[in-house]
Amino acid sequence: MELICPAGTPAAFHEAVDAGADAVYCGFRDETNARNFPGLNFSREELKEAIAYAKTKGCETFVALNTFMRAGAEEIWYRGAADAIACGADALILADFGLMAHVAEKYPDQRLHVSVQASASNPDAINFLVDTFNAKRVVLPRTLTIADIARIGKSIRCEMEVFVFGGLCVMAEGRCSLSSYATGKSPNMNGVCSPASHVHYRKHGRDLVSELGEFTINRFPEGEAAGYPTLCKGRFDIADAKGYAFEDPVSLDVMGELEALKAAGVSALKIEGRQRGKAYVAEVVKVMKAAVNSPPERRGALLARLHSMSEGQKTTSGAYEKRWR
Amino acid sequence: MQLIPPLLTRPLNAVPLVVIERICRLMFRRIGTAHPGLFERLGEHRTKRFAFLPTDVPLSFVVEPASETISVSRKTSDVTADAVTEAPLFMLLALMEGRCDADALFFSRDLSVTGDMEAMLAMRNALDASNIDLSKDLARLAGPFAPMAGRVIGEIRNRALRGEAASWN
Repeated sequence: MELICPAGTPAAFHEAVDAGADAVYCGFRDETNARNFPGLNFSREELKEAIAYAKTKGCETFVALNTFMRAGAEEIWYRGAADAIACGADALILADFGLMAHVAEKYPDQRLHVSVQASASNPDAINFLVDTFNAKRVVLPRTLTIADIARIGKSIRCEMEVFVFGGLCVMAEGRCSLSSYATGKSPNMNGVCSPASHVHYRKHGRDLVSELGEFTINRFPEGEAAGYPTLCKGRFDIADAKGYAFEDPVSLDVMGELEALKAAGVSALKIEGRQRGKAYVAEVVKVMKAAVNSPPERRGALLARLHSMSEGQKTTSGAYEKRWR
Repeated sequence: MQLIPPLLTRPLNAVPLVVIERICRLMFRRIGTAHPGLFERLGEHRTKRFAFLPTDVPLSFVVEPASETISVSRKTSDVTADAVTEAPLFMLLALMEGRCDADALFFSRDLSVTGDMEAMLAMRNALDASNIDLSKDLARLAGPFAPMAGRVIGEIRNRALRGEAASWN
């Protein structure tokens, strides 16, 4: 199975390639991708250089253009696709059907992957994208169990890629409006979930309080590991209880299920984290590469090194193994 | 959290601030010369003021990318800045080099950020992309003794960050 690794900067890209990534995914420094964070991502020139470097090491580059086009501003995304192809991208990761149609028509030889943001989560939806736009691979949502993935794998006509490590989005991606509700900006349209412009941290006594827009997301007592200020991982008063409504501050780790994923027909394992630093990328890719090439009984010890780098310093197998609350 | 024992930082109280600031400005200029595009990724946040407060050193540092200056003050005086990051000194230096992951330090509560999060995120990403290596960049200030200075700085860094991804790159 291929290891697909994140890069938010050219420095992180080099680290991912050097650590053994089979492919690196990245995006332009604008609203065309779902990690449109300040100071992050690639200029055209940086992407061209990065792809050239990757090719010398036998590593592929996937370019994410996985936000939804704004009506009247489609040219931004069209130009992104044209430039990524000109830079030598091995695949484009797309979410918007309109953009898929544009790429399929203008660049019929370009390999097209369906982004997790497209929320294609059943055989009918996936096969429609394969038949209509010649999609070669689908990145499945993190809302499916391994049994679901195996069932889907038997009925579709393209490769499957699944997230195995990193940030855990528990929502129907591409459809989630929580960030929009709180801030007016979303990963779907603006490339940002819980944008930094709306995040505030303050100390209240010894507690750390995180706020998103007008909402208090969490209050971490001293010594408790912190998490990102996203509504889906907020701690709220619910009836008579206080707790996490959707999910705890936690990262995804399903490397313990590699054999099951392989048996389910998964061909690529994706690491989340384009917004993370190059130290994270280097360490995670190195450990994951070693884990993929190790016998199952050795994986736990290898992956334990990554827990301290995870959100809330905890990991979970998420929906892959559990039922919703 | 403290990585440097107070016994080692106490003498800084006796050193005139102007001397400390002059040394810091010399090092800051050296890094700027070695990495001319350092603040390019800041974009609209280039005009902001960024404060770095080491939790284990009695000093505060404020960086102004627009004028490419750094100022130093005692912790006893208030710092005016758009965004403030607090962490042990060696972790702040490791972040400057991209040697530690800022999110991981935030999760573990070793690092805290207040103020303009967008500006500080842009700064974090700019630093992470810059390939700063303090042992190489600052060693050049030692002229003919640069190789030795580089080894000494590198060794101090590795000892300070042992267990914090010191072996990376």
